[in-house]
Amino acid sequence: MKSVGEIFTRGLWRENPVLRLLLGLCPVLAVTTSAENALGMGIATTFVLISSNLVVSAIKGVVPSQMRIPIYIVIIATFVTVVDLVLKGYFFELSKSLGLFIPLIVVNCMILGRSESFASKNGLFKSLVDGLGMGVGFTLTLLALGSIREILGAGALFGVALVGLDTPRVLLFVLPPGAFVTLGFLLWMMNLLDRGRTRNA
Amino acid sequence: MPDVTIPGLVLAAILVNNVVFAQFLGICPYLGVSKRLDTALGMGMAVVFVMVMAVAITWPIQHYLLAPGALGEEIDLSYLSTIAFILVIASLVQLVEIVLKKVLPALYQALGIYLPLITTNCAILGVAILAHRQQLSFLQGLIFAAASAVGFILAIMLFAGLRESLEQRDVPESLAGAPIAFITAGILAMAFMGFAGLGG
Repeated sequence: MKSVGEIFTRGLWRENPVLRLLLGLCPVLAVTTSAENALGMGIATTFVLISSNLVVSAIKGVVPSQMRIPIYIVIIATFVTVVDLVLKGYFFELSKSLGLFIPLIVVNCMILGRSESFASKNGLFKSLVDGLGMGVGFTLTLLALGSIREILGAGALFGVALVGLDTPRVLLFVLPPGAFVTLGFLLWMMNLLDRGRTRNA
Repeated sequence: MPDVTIPGLVLAAILVNNVVFAQFLGICPYLGVSKRLDTALGMGMAVVFVMVMAVAITWPIQHYLLAPGALGEEIDLSYLSTIAFILVIASLVQLVEIVLKKVLPALYQALGIYLPLITTNCAILGVAILAHRQQLSFLQGLIFAAASAVGFILAIMLFAGLRESLEQRDVPESLAGAPIAFITAGILAMAFMGFAGLGG
């Protein structure tokens, strides 16, 4: 049996949903034009992930196995609707810039993946920790990508212009191709790090 | 109904606002089943079918059930659209899966896990939501869905061709696989940016 700490930390690095499993890539690429959008999306997704993990784990004994996928989808869609309404009500600007990708949290394969492979087999507390770990891993990856793209593409971070940064701004990084290229480079860096680590071991 | 011409709508959906390169929809199948040209085409065909059907079914649901005032003066069910749309799409995918399993078992084998995952293909839900957010008419919606799906096929076929030839090349070990695929996709997306402003 895995310890709680292990369940939490594997989402951060070893089984990072974005960098390792390549799940939930659409929002990763689409909303990381700035650090603020990336953080907003990360938190919204984490909320949905934790809530749906909890509910799926709580009802795991009563769900017939042939019906489980539609049931999970309805649970996830319910929490996405909650997030959508809350963002529209209290964070209108963020809701506008995330746009289509808020309802699309429902089809983030990472969330259904955790329901299916973890929450449906584990208890409430472990599912909570799993959702939190995966969610934080997802958020940090988005934040890293969003920060890199905002710094390189707009010369700013969280909307604040960086002082003393004289490098020319590369508009490409806030445009769609920049998302693909930046993520490609991040994955490359991660492979290099891993290789260095195995060589030292 | 917005004032758009049909050719303009088609051109925009295929090239200018390509689902993969400009809108970032359907990235999972785009990366997952693009290692070979024939499976890429099969996935693309499944997407065309499901996408057009999805808009054909969600459009009336949105307009005659969920739109504010559709069922009565004070009833506004539009907050239910995310749930309603995803359920319709999930059932549709099941149908496609059953039909494929019966009619083309070879293709069914090849598409493997990605067919059930078409439910979580955000391109399908995304296009269905976009069709009603842009307030397209029913016919415009269908054309928009078909053109978007063609855009998806174009993107995934181009990418599969590139990846097939990448496999013959000597890619540095740490870049092989996903990293080089993303960088290739970025270069393709740059090429597609050349279409910006076309038909506008």
